Amino acid sequence: MTFDTLYFDIGRLDRLSYRDTFVHHLDPRAKVIATMLFLFTVISFPKYEVVALVPFFLFPVLLMTIGEIPVWFIFKKVMLVSPFTIFIGIFNPLLDTGTVAVVSGIPVSAGFISLLSILLKFTLTISVALLLIATTSFSGVCHALRRLGFPALFVSQLLFLYRYLFVLMEEAMRIIRARDMRSFGSRGTGMKVSVRLIGILFLRTVDRAERIYYAMLSRGFQGDIPSLKKYHIASIDLAFMATTIAFLVVFRFFRVTEGIGRVVQGLFA
Amino acid sequence: MSHHIVDFKNVSFRYPDGTEALRGINFRITHGESVGVVGANGAGKSTLLQHMNGCLMPTSGTVTIGDLTLTRKTRREIRRKVGIIFQNPDDQLFMPTVFDDVAFGPLNLGMDEESVRERVRKALSMVHSLDLRDKPPHHLSSGQKSAVAIASVMAMEPDILAMDEPAANLDPKSRRSLITLLKSFRHSKIIASHDLDLILDVCQRCIVIRDGTVVADGPSAEILTNRTLLEENNLELPLSFQRR
Repeated sequence: MTFDTLYFDIGRLDRLSYRDTFVHHLDPRAKVIATMLFLFTVISFPKYEVVALVPFFLFPVLLMTIGEIPVWFIFKKVMLVSPFTIFIGIFNPLLDTGTVAVVSGIPVSAGFISLLSILLKFTLTISVALLLIATTSFSGVCHALRRLGFPALFVSQLLFLYRYLFVLMEEAMRIIRARDMRSFGSRGTGMKVSVRLIGILFLRTVDRAERIYYAMLSRGFQGDIPSLKKYHIASIDLAFMATTIAFLVVFRFFRVTEGIGRVVQGLFA
Repeated sequence: MSHHIVDFKNVSFRYPDGTEALRGINFRITHGESVGVVGANGAGKSTLLQHMNGCLMPTSGTVTIGDLTLTRKTRREIRRKVGIIFQNPDDQLFMPTVFDDVAFGPLNLGMDEESVRERVRKALSMVHSLDLRDKPPHHLSSGQKSAVAIASVMAMEPDILAMDEPAANLDPKSRRSLITLLKSFRHSKIIASHDLDLILDVCQRCIVIRDGTVVADGPSAEILTNRTLLEENNLELPLSFQRR
């Protein structure tokens, strides 16, 4: 994937949030709280837990289906960040060699189990976080955080990060194009030049930040970003949160997978 | 309402790196006047505009807006009166949607929700961009961005409007509608631009600056027909005068 296509793809997550479904209509605060609880619950499992994690996929799958978010899109984004996690867990099978099970004659080390557990937790958390943005829009999430009492400075930083991500990428794209047009073969594309380009990008960013700050001051900025959107927690939002919490509690403290297994066994017995 | 006056007295400004950008600028703009500021690249036009609402403070001399002298204390008050539209609309539009952006100023003025919505609606329809309300600024074209940037400043209902290269990045049709728009404002206006035809169309008066000083100040019709003066300042006759 080249820089250009990557750039044009990034706006898509944003555009998904313009849709008009049940999930999109929920109060952003309800969705933020539900997502956070979900993340904490998933992370709270011990490191060798695999089976109990599987039922949690129900949550992202439901969000995706009801919110009409394309599965492939989310899947690709998850894959894009996966190298970070894979590197965290990749050496577990070698370091943690105690055999915990033997599957058809092949011994399975504890490290494999913990690697699998890390990957599951990663997929669950990242996909739910992406779905939150795809169904709420980034600014919606930011305003919800502000309403939930997060500091103004933190929220404005987040808003700016998102707004100027595009501008920064455009700037970087222009610099890279200008370099590519005048570098032939591998000349001029080496590390040394790239380092300087990053320096220039940084300087331009600082200048721009100053101009933006002037523009904000000119319009009466006093430290907090105001928002007009009034959100009302409706009964449907409360119902959504209650269902999510019930779902999380059941899946966290009861062995749901085992239960389903027993029921199925019972059917065939 | 009779004192939307901008008065620069002996204004000098030196950047921290030692560059002297303004050296003793003097002029006075009265209520309702439209003034074009022209000059070569680096003559000090943008620096001058940034003094209008205290983004930069003069190293010496005084800037007076209405009956307020620009100081660190009066800066906030002055920013309500002077709306500045910067050259690059990307710097001006920093909120996630067009609506939020235009509402930013009025909300900071502490207005209630109803009047903010009304202001935003008025400002956006003034620049024919009401349909763009819910779009994020990064999905707009340059012309649309400029229009929204103007709306975001107009929503604060300033007494005085200062613009830095308003027509840069605009295609001819958008430029034409900008000119019509600017003509319809009854504010005091200061427009810094290289687009001399625009200045000729919109401003009755024109100030030429070079190396941080005022070298000419008079009716646009006179100054913009003075070929020698213009050429000394890296400018040329407006295209509308060049036909042979």
